Amino acid sequence: MTAAILWQALHVALMLAIAPLLAGVARTVRARLLGRRGPPLLQPYRDLRRLLQKEAIVADTASPLLRAAPTVVLAAIAAAAALVPSFTTEMALRPTADIIAVIGLLGVGRFALALAGLDAGTSFGGIGTSREIMIAVVAEPAMLLVVFTWALLVGTTSLPAISEFGLSGAAGVRVSLALALVALVIVALAENARIPVDNPATHLELTMVHEAMVLEYAGRHLALIEAAAMLKLAVYLALIAALFAPWGMAPPSGAAGGGSAGSIGIGIAAFAGKMVVGAALLSLFETSIAKMRVFRVPEFLGVALLLGLLAMILLYMTKGF
Amino acid sequence: MWDLIGVFLGTLAAAAAIGAAWGRRRGGAIAVHGLSLGAMLGFGAMAIVRLLADAPAATASLPIGLPWIQMHLRLDGLAALFLLVVAVGGALASLYGLGHDRPGATHGHAPPAGRGGPGARGVDAAPAAGSDPVPRLLPFFPAFLAAMVLVLLADDAFAFLVSWEAMSLLSWLLVLANHRQAGQEAEVRRAALVYLAMAAFGTTCLLLAFGLMVAGTTTIGPEGETGLANYGFDAIRSAPPSALVTGLAGVLVLVGCGSKAGLAPLHVWLPLAHPAAPSHVSALMSGAMTKVAVYGLVRILFDLIDGIPGAPMALPWGLAATLMLAGGLTAVLGVLHAVLQRDLKKLLAYSTIENIGVIAVGLGLAIAFRAAKLPDAAALALTAALFHALNHALFKTLLFLAAGAILDATGQRDLERLGGLIHRMPVTAAAALVGCGAIAALPPLNGFASEWLLFRSVIGGIALPEPLLKMLIPAVGALLALAAALAAAAMVKAFGSAFLGRARSPAAAAAQDPGPAVVAAIAIPAAACVALGVVPALALRLVAPVATAVTGGSPAALAPLVDPWLLATPSTAAASGYGGLAVAALLLGLAAAITVALRRSGNTALRRAPTWDCGFPNAAPPYPGAPAQYSAASIAQPLRRVLATLPMRARESVDMPEPGERRAAKIETSLVDPAWSLLFGRIERAVERLTALFDPLRALSIRHYLSMTFATAVAMLLYVVLTRWQG
Repeated sequence: MTAAILWQALHVALMLAIAPLLAGVARTVRARLLGRRGPPLLQPYRDLRRLLQKEAIVADTASPLLRAAPTVVLAAIAAAAALVPSFTTEMALRPTADIIAVIGLLGVGRFALALAGLDAGTSFGGIGTSREIMIAVVAEPAMLLVVFTWALLVGTTSLPAISEFGLSGAAGVRVSLALALVALVIVALAENARIPVDNPATHLELTMVHEAMVLEYAGRHLALIEAAAMLKLAVYLALIAALFAPWGMAPPSGAAGGGSAGSIGIGIAAFAGKMVVGAALLSLFETSIAKMRVFRVPEFLGVALLLGLLAMILLYMTKGF
Repeated sequence: MWDLIGVFLGTLAAAAAIGAAWGRRRGGAIAVHGLSLGAMLGFGAMAIVRLLADAPAATASLPIGLPWIQMHLRLDGLAALFLLVVAVGGALASLYGLGHDRPGATHGHAPPAGRGGPGARGVDAAPAAGSDPVPRLLPFFPAFLAAMVLVLLADDAFAFLVSWEAMSLLSWLLVLANHRQAGQEAEVRRAALVYLAMAAFGTTCLLLAFGLMVAGTTTIGPEGETGLANYGFDAIRSAPPSALVTGLAGVLVLVGCGSKAGLAPLHVWLPLAHPAAPSHVSALMSGAMTKVAVYGLVRILFDLIDGIPGAPMALPWGLAATLMLAGGLTAVLGVLHAVLQRDLKKLLAYSTIENIGVIAVGLGLAIAFRAAKLPDAAALALTAALFHALNHALFKTLLFLAAGAILDATGQRDLERLGGLIHRMPVTAAAALVGCGAIAALPPLNGFASEWLLFRSVIGGIALPEPLLKMLIPAVGALLALAAALAAAAMVKAFGSAFLGRARSPAAAAAQDPGPAVVAAIAIPAAACVALGVVPALALRLVAPVATAVTGGSPAALAPLVDPWLLATPSTAAASGYGGLAVAALLLGLAAAITVALRRSGNTALRRAPTWDCGFPNAAPPYPGAPAQYSAASIAQPLRRVLATLPMRARESVDMPEPGERRAAKIETSLVDPAWSLLFGRIERAVERLTALFDPLRALSIRHYLSMTFATAVAMLLYVVLTRWQG
């Protein structure tokens, strides 16, 4: 039990610590691929510190909701991060590490941010919110279908149990899982406001979604929002890793070599490696594709929805797929 | 116990009598709502006590009704659970009525400065109002409550149908409350007409269904002679009709109860009728009456006609598939409509349709599991459905009462005339935010807990042997997921347009929080939404045993459902679960840690400044032409364009003036409910054609009519003679 609490604390600290690094890796790789030198790898940490030290400015038409929202968003996404296993499946929150709960917590973050976009009563916030909910309406069901696919295969929606199932090699190579992986990647791109759905670097009114929603924020509030966005990317990468690439995770204590400090060390190293590779792959993908028109996005996400549905139907027909 | 029930029903009767006699006097409204509140609290307490004690069914018979059968009443677990739902809704609505009907309680605020717009008087009598108490309706409110209770207590077809029809007609009268209010006569009357037609149709279906069900039953007289059909539920249970009859009755029940609950495509009356009534009646209709219809479905499909020995499996599976598909489509269609509404109460009514769809999916799954001899899975699905019904009663009552508070404070329910209310009505806003989050299925609120159970049930559907159902269940799961996401979008739009941003009308700028009774009526369900989400076992302790008893699941499977720490499903209890308490503690702890960390190491200075909106003035009077604020319609526009274009024929026509022209630009949008275009429109045309066909028969002379009567009588006699001859 003590070990479980220790690993849980270590896991949360690791997720919080690695999130800005991943954003830095993504930016740097992208810059290099575009032939620029790019900002230093650790720039996101500095950005956060700079924002924290600035004075916060709040629109005079805003309500207390606008000020509370960043805390809620970050807390919800951090709670989701606490539930997604990284280097071990045996953490204190394991009994409640349910993947539908993770989706729900990410939904809390989105809900709070979408409301905050409407709070000041400006057109930018409104445009951001309306586009965000359009994207979420297609992305969230797609993600739930991916979850259902796994749940059908493993018989549970517990994330650690699914990871252990993958670790044991029982998942194998399956058509349904390949479809689910593609669907989840598409959802991850959309939910993290990445190209081709949204461009985190843009400040052009007609194209922005996430940035429009948070336009009213400054200072420490913006720092929390930025941290939440970085953490969300880390959560999605960790989720993809936990579902589709659990390799290197410390084996459960029942198995050979499980629970030892050495296996935990290997787990942490493997997790960090997977995350960095994931962030680099994300940039590679982003540089190879153009941003879509806003109304093409639902079609793009519709693909994810259909793939998820197909994966689920395949499994309902026979577990062999 | 029956004496207590008699006292409570008597209290409601007294309230109705007082309403009829002294409704127009000062204090009449208070007496009516106070007595209703007392009776409902009594019913609620009794239901909880019986559910907790797992009391056996109690029966009683009254010497009224048809002469050869009496009026039978019975209170078992299922009835007690729904009695609790009705009592919760009824008590909250009465509490609201208590605060709302007191003169000056909610209109005490300073009248908004009407600059050419509606003045003080104008706001109070504003078109959408429904805020002024309508004394002549007072007797119907407690009577409506009593009718709903009687439907739940009925233990014979006759009592059930009479109470059901009383419930329909009394609520119809309440819908008509505002039929004389300027500006909305036509709308209210149309709503009432459509409602009456649909209610009559639904009751007819139930009548036929019961007729089929009692066909095999007989009464046994004092001397042991067998006689007329027995309408008692016991007789129906013990003498199950043939499979064909059961199937037919099942479909009729689905249509009859489904039309009352708002299952697509029979939902068309609901978004017209529910919002037309005064707000606390809307809350009652959406929160409680639709649940009575769900009760009818469960009672008849699970208790009365299911479980026939030797019936072909196709029957329950067909029913299950129909219910699931209808439920999934209802959920998506309802919530898609909800996203696109600009009338707050209509939005909520459509959201009710969505939730009924969600409940129906759970019921369909439970039927399928039970047919497949998987009673534990059936108990889980039914638990999910019933838990969601209870949750929906809580958060929909909350939101309708909050809408009522807004209506009282501003005279508006049009989202395009609201906005910024969080500044003026902070308490209402906080409670409504909880309700919106619960409908949007956000953890750790109760809506998430019941949706979680339902999703787990859908996943469990893989155990079903029937291939057609296996194809259907993933699709239904996808529809549910889509509905959940759309519900969040609808709630963002509703809360965002009504409470956030800047006021879009003078009335909205001058609104105030309601009086203490109304605040209590919305704060209590908000607290309950949080409590049942954090510790779902509080509710599941009451719900799960009922579901297990109805479906015949094993009591041992209950344990993971009523665990206060972790909500888990019976089959995978060890592997996973949803810990509402843990998630809530995690969220609170992290939020506290973030706050403390900011205090410690961040810059705590805060400056207020006008916002930059591309040069549009923010400080200018925000109405009538609020510059550059996103409207409710614009928030939903992308969804409208993406999702409603095909199924609902959403169209936009833009009238853009040429440069230099001084008229305003105009955008017009149109929307067609597929149920109208595909079903009811055709029925309407068919009825018109038939009417035209038979029209010549209307103006015949008496001798023609007499000869027709004679011909008919001869034909019937001939038929009897011929059939007897052969027999």
